[in-house]
Amino acid sequence: MKKLRSPITGLMAIALLFGMHACKPKNAGNTVSSDAAGKVYVAPGKYDEFYNFVSGGFSGQMSVYGLPSGRLLRVIPVFAVDPEKGWGYSEETKPMLNTSHGSVPWDDLHHVQLSKTNGEYDGRWLFGNANNTPRVARIDLKTFRTVEIIELPNSGGNHSSPFITENTEYVVAGTRFSVPPDDKNGDVPINTYKQNFKGTISFISVGKEDGKMEIAFQVQCPGFNFDLSRAGKGVSHGWFFFSCYNTEQANTFLEQNSAKNDKDFIMAVNWKKAEEYLKAGKGRKQAVKYAHNVYSDKTHSATSEIRTEVTVLDAKELKDICYFFPCPKSPHGCDVSPTGEYIVGSGKLAALIPVFSFDKIQKAIAAKDYIGEFEGIPILKYESVLYGEVKKPGLGPLHTEFDNKGYAYTSMFVSSEVVKWNIKDLTVTDRVPTYYSVGHLTVAGGDTKTPYGKYLVAYNKITKDRFLPTGPELSQSAQLYDISGDKMQMILDYPTIGEPHYAQIIPAEMIRNNSVKFFKMEENKNPYFSNGEGTTKVVREGNKIHVYMTAIRSHLTPDNIEGIRMGDEVYFHITNIEQDWDVPHGFAIKGASTAELLIMPGETQSLKWNPDKVGTFPMYCTDFCSALHQEMSGYIRVSPAGSNTPLLFSTNKNFPASDSADKK
Amino acid sequence: MKKLFIIGIIGCVVLAFTWSGCDSNKGTPVPATEAKKTDGENPSYDPHRGEGKFTKVEVGASLDAAMAEAGYKVYGVKCSSCHKLSEEKLVGPGWKGVTDRHSPEWIMNFITNPDAMIDKDPKVQAQLEICLVRMPNQNLTDEDARAIYEFQRKNDGVK
Repeated sequence: MKKLRSPITGLMAIALLFGMHACKPKNAGNTVSSDAAGKVYVAPGKYDEFYNFVSGGFSGQMSVYGLPSGRLLRVIPVFAVDPEKGWGYSEETKPMLNTSHGSVPWDDLHHVQLSKTNGEYDGRWLFGNANNTPRVARIDLKTFRTVEIIELPNSGGNHSSPFITENTEYVVAGTRFSVPPDDKNGDVPINTYKQNFKGTISFISVGKEDGKMEIAFQVQCPGFNFDLSRAGKGVSHGWFFFSCYNTEQANTFLEQNSAKNDKDFIMAVNWKKAEEYLKAGKGRKQAVKYAHNVYSDKTHSATSEIRTEVTVLDAKELKDICYFFPCPKSPHGCDVSPTGEYIVGSGKLAALIPVFSFDKIQKAIAAKDYIGEFEGIPILKYESVLYGEVKKPGLGPLHTEFDNKGYAYTSMFVSSEVVKWNIKDLTVTDRVPTYYSVGHLTVAGGDTKTPYGKYLVAYNKITKDRFLPTGPELSQSAQLYDISGDKMQMILDYPTIGEPHYAQIIPAEMIRNNSVKFFKMEENKNPYFSNGEGTTKVVREGNKIHVYMTAIRSHLTPDNIEGIRMGDEVYFHITNIEQDWDVPHGFAIKGASTAELLIMPGETQSLKWNPDKVGTFPMYCTDFCSALHQEMSGYIRVSPAGSNTPLLFSTNKNFPASDSADKK
Repeated sequence: MKKLFIIGIIGCVVLAFTWSGCDSNKGTPVPATEAKKTDGENPSYDPHRGEGKFTKVEVGASLDAAMAEAGYKVYGVKCSSCHKLSEEKLVGPGWKGVTDRHSPEWIMNFITNPDAMIDKDPKVQAQLEICLVRMPNQNLTDEDARAIYEFQRKNDGVK
């Protein structure tokens, strides 16, 4: 072996050298792409360097990938039911999907935001927005579970959300579709849009310790479309920026009618000023209806409460909260540089990228350098607030994130590329193709004060031929780029769920060690908790049957239940009494119109079952748990209504005694 | 150009093979049999004590009734699903006589560190062939483990 090694290696080195030379792209300074595999290879048993939290778009969920491998680690159910996990089907999780419209089993989750402290990720929570029935969700990164969902009144299409201030003081939610306010008669001709429709920006406060969300106040704005948003940071902390389109206030055929103006607006919101007005009692209490749902890890269940009041600040009456500045043309992304000084507007239909200066905005406001006003809100002069324009960046700029070396990266939908440019001199330094039609992109830490850089992921709207075909419907496509060098290098292509919009990338060590492994039985406060097999029971309350059941490898207790009658409503309350990591048990029963339960160790979850016919029904553990998993099953006997079959329940007892077993 | 590129790729593949081939021959050669022997018999493992944090457990001459009662409570929540107090096997073996079969250190190590001992202990491995279910780690505290041992003594007739 040793003898052979040298000549082969030598020959190989020469070959490799030639090989490298041969595939070297024209662009000098680029590294050969043959090392891409090594860059994304995470050996079996090894961990990824980063967590990547990705919006699940119209799946309503959030997905978690490892980077650089692109491996899907988990799908977190948020706004849509998930029968696999019992989310929205178990009695404990049903309240999480409650809204003022009743239970809503689906939504469109567009953007994700990690909680921040001092403008940097703190690894505590993750927020997501529901675009359809306006809501914001909070996920606890200790359990990777949705623990809170708050609905937003006066809103339609909660799109400019859930962007976060630098200490997570607020999560914002701006309405994409303006609507008549909830306390006004909404039964109006649609073409009275200009008179009757309003845009609302909600400021949701977040509890410093517990993360609890409350709608602190709403700012009522002119009726048009608030598209995207970012909080100021550093020098611009205390301000928020929203892109606005349809300043034409069209209510039909927006494709053309909202694209008439040469420039729309970015709205700057001084939220510190809004706080002052709020404190001074300038807000108007408005009657509304919205749901606030909270999940507890102690009771292992959710509660839903309908709230009836919100405080509204009127941007027209209360001066100095809102300012507009013009931005070409139908702006989408509205992204703030790491220092907070530069605001990058991405006009979907613009042939350049304007970069605005926070300092200049402040000076223009102080000098009242206005070109007019829109529904009582001053419009700053474009030239006065502009830092500069990135010329000929590509076509269809959408979103921008930043690295740690002074560069910005903008996605170009129409020209299908990512463009890298220098924030200071606004020159384009590199561009790479995406496959195809990139929408959002994310850089590791790319929206923080101190980005990590290193990786960029492009989330593409069109997949086409990137993977093996799967019929007319294809999964979405993401591309990973190494951005550590001067030139961006594509190193991985991988499919994603739903339609990914914004995403976040955070070093794994900030989250990994806080991950809960199981729930302590001693802390289980679910009212239907069974503290060991000795406490299991079946209780009849009228036509309601409560089965207090335990699951452990590999049996259910009780596993024989008799005395259920037609017309009964049966609640299986299953406690998984395992106390170790990665030992969930599942539970399913024949004919259940809900789903399965998936019960984590130490947790109690409940499944409602309405038996639909007389007979005997099997139930079993659905999640392979041990060598005797197939044995983890039982039966429940259903007798006709009014019959007097005694209520019996046991495991390994074989009730009733055999001599009476067949007697009715 | 294209040909050169292919040669380059072949070169890479050859290199990969060459490297992996050489790796196993690095350093001083170790006879295969010797290595196997070390793995199999696990000389560092003490079958009397088991493996875990308990090296010496102080056990009184007579029963600590309060501790045994605490142990009984833990048994009800975390053990009784699988273990009877008689000699009868349920999921796992019955507990009658367990304190005669094993040292207190072994028992307390096993119930607090089951995975490591299932992989190493000859008696546990023999038991696994019968029960086929790996005893779960129920994350007992040290106090829980000690109390369970005291309750097992009571179950075995210690007064």
